[in-house]
Amino acid sequence: MRAVGIVLAGGNSSRMKELSNKRAVAAMPIAGGYRSIDFVLSSMSNSHIQKVAVFTQYNAKSLNEHLNSSKWWDFGRKQGGLYTFTPTTTPKNSYWYRGTADAIAQNLDFLKNSHEPYVVIASGDGVYKLDYSKVLEYHIAKKADFTVVTADVSGRDDPSRFGVVKTDADGRITDFEEKPISADGSQVSTGIYVVRRRQLIELIEKAVEEERYDLVKDIIIRYKGVKRVYAYPIETYWSNISSVESYFKTNMDFLKPDVRNYFFRQYPDVYSKVEDLPPAKYNAGSFVRNSLVSSGCIINGNVEGSILFKKVYIGNNCSIKNSIILNDVYIGDNTHIENCIVESRDTIRANTNYVGEDGKIRIVVEKNERYAL
Amino acid sequence: MIAMLLAGGQGSRLGVLTADVAKPAVSFGGKYRIIDFPLSNCINSGVDTVGVLTQYQPLRLNTHIGIGIPWDLDRNVGGVSILPPYEKSTSSEWYTGTANAIFQNMRYMELYNPEYVLILGGDHIYKMDYEVMLDFHKASKADITLATIPVPIEEASRFGVVITDEHKQIQEFEEKPEHPRSNLASMGIYIFSWPVLREALLKLKDQPSCDFGKHIIPYCHEQGRRIFAYEYNGYWKDVGTLGSYWQANMELIDLIPVFNLYEEFWKIYTKNELVAPQFVAEQAVIDKAIIGEASEIYGEVHNSVIGSGVYIAPGAVVRDSIIMSSASIGENTVIDRSIIAEKVQIGANCVLCTGEDIPNRVKPDVYSFGLVTIGEDSVIPSNVKIGKNTAISGITDISDYPGGVLASGETLIKVGEKI
Repeated sequence: MRAVGIVLAGGNSSRMKELSNKRAVAAMPIAGGYRSIDFVLSSMSNSHIQKVAVFTQYNAKSLNEHLNSSKWWDFGRKQGGLYTFTPTTTPKNSYWYRGTADAIAQNLDFLKNSHEPYVVIASGDGVYKLDYSKVLEYHIAKKADFTVVTADVSGRDDPSRFGVVKTDADGRITDFEEKPISADGSQVSTGIYVVRRRQLIELIEKAVEEERYDLVKDIIIRYKGVKRVYAYPIETYWSNISSVESYFKTNMDFLKPDVRNYFFRQYPDVYSKVEDLPPAKYNAGSFVRNSLVSSGCIINGNVEGSILFKKVYIGNNCSIKNSIILNDVYIGDNTHIENCIVESRDTIRANTNYVGEDGKIRIVVEKNERYAL
Repeated sequence: MIAMLLAGGQGSRLGVLTADVAKPAVSFGGKYRIIDFPLSNCINSGVDTVGVLTQYQPLRLNTHIGIGIPWDLDRNVGGVSILPPYEKSTSSEWYTGTANAIFQNMRYMELYNPEYVLILGGDHIYKMDYEVMLDFHKASKADITLATIPVPIEEASRFGVVITDEHKQIQEFEEKPEHPRSNLASMGIYIFSWPVLREALLKLKDQPSCDFGKHIIPYCHEQGRRIFAYEYNGYWKDVGTLGSYWQANMELIDLIPVFNLYEEFWKIYTKNELVAPQFVAEQAVIDKAIIGEASEIYGEVHNSVIGSGVYIAPGAVVRDSIIMSSASIGENTVIDRSIIAEKVQIGANCVLCTGEDIPNRVKPDVYSFGLVTIGEDSVIPSNVKIGKNTAISGITDISDYPGGVLASGETLIKVGEKI
């Protein structure tokens, strides 16, 4: 494909509450075996984008660990590759990324030294599969300057936490309001954009000169009257995970056969780092229903309507209901967990109770000494 | 030290499981293949140059090993190399014996000019630190070291046993002795000092079917080489027969298995692209099992080993069985004591492993233990009953089952497949 990729993964979201203390949103574990950024990276790889830059800033340890090799997404090629750009100080610059446009500006050489005519920009917090070459075709057909991929979130998410767009009959964006107080419509920006590389360089250079640092507010919205900004609606599954509620909901969506089928069985595949874990083990006395279980788990108790990520240990006589247990959690015997997200590497003592109130998801962070149990 | 891994054998005692794949490429424990164990042992022991000698049906092995990425054996220097038999300017021959195979790859070994060569087989399940064995080899100033394992004396007559002095130097060998004088059985794992191996291989190069146990070791013994027995005391399981293969799989699901795959130390690596979790449905029942990635369980699973990407339909019951990757089991089918290979499709309302325990008519020594064995890519139609000690391979339809039954002791191999 004639484009380079940029993944904006530097962000933190206060809506993720305690979950974001530990990692950037793009590194959030999804559906047992994946991390959020896998979806954008796999889509880029499957669209034959060969050269991808990931911009990280906030708490990138988990993310960097996940990206320690580019081979999982098939980027480790002689032509192209996977680059991670974290803010660095140079004689000219000693700032953190002051915004998405600034992040691109600080690494403008990446774009200047590329030869592909287009750029695909995407965030790392979406769960979806998308062939970006289709978006690019649309972009070219519409003679657009900027194409924004949009999704309809009616009935599943609150539009006012996104950029809400309105288009004319041709698909050109007429209205674009970022995080409106009350949303008028449910068509929102997915944070995926296609733009001509030289156009982007020009706009970014100009914006930074004017001390404007945000890609959406200071470039796309500001220029929507003078440039041709188009919306490309995504018709397939798309979900943004950067609030606790939507994170929980997105994960639970994978208990539905059609969602699993779409992501796990239909072409193209979603790739992730492979961790060499043994198969999941169910011991006598375990009782699992309507749940997803990942490799490396050992289950002795009851699990219902839940998602167990990798290497989870469930003790005897436990009862886990409607919960998400993240990677490498140890849960002692006779423990009851309901409506919770249990943070990764937690150790939960035996005979304890964690119950989220109805409709509210409780986040459990318990750092007990594992081997003292 | 470099390793030479003998992976060319068919493993005919595994019956239809090895119809299209070499024994080292047969699945084990849900997501692994047998060869993963010696390969993982190599990298965990710090042996990063491994030649894998292939001959029988090598396609699956070749695609599995690739350039060795899963075992970190993709190296700038060394790494894993697949070594098939090849045509030579003066003569061409297959690998006719274990030592003959190694001899034909003399140039590979000379390329690295190692101090020591480790000879491995590809048909056992174990975790072993070859470096400790090498330390023993050096400390004993040995020319050859054999890995040995103590076995119950009453079983020793099934093995090649060694008789050693107090320094573990081997005095005598006994091959399957009637009255064993020792319980130290050879594991078929050898460390040779390279000049000793080279000399013996060259000397015996015209020996037909040159074999380590039968020719090389006795020759070196005669020559007065220092041959030592390294005693290994961990888990070591032969999976050469369907019975022992089934048994070894079943041992993995014990509460605390003797052979524990869940330890952080000494991980076993395998090629695996699947990362999706497995789904356990509302009506599913799972009681003592290990289950691989991306499987979907709607039925019941008791005391079984299930691979990756397996589908078990509602109402199906799987008991005491091994179901390998990507197999699918139809609704209300009941499966007991069966080994079901990769990508097998079984229809609805079947009953496997039923009826009397009648020995297999064609190969009673292969298809025994009361098991049903179904080879790769086989298709079993709905509504059939399959007896004990049976084997099925190929795409079968209802006309292959007179009265909807494959009686105990029968073998059903469809055209294009060999027995």
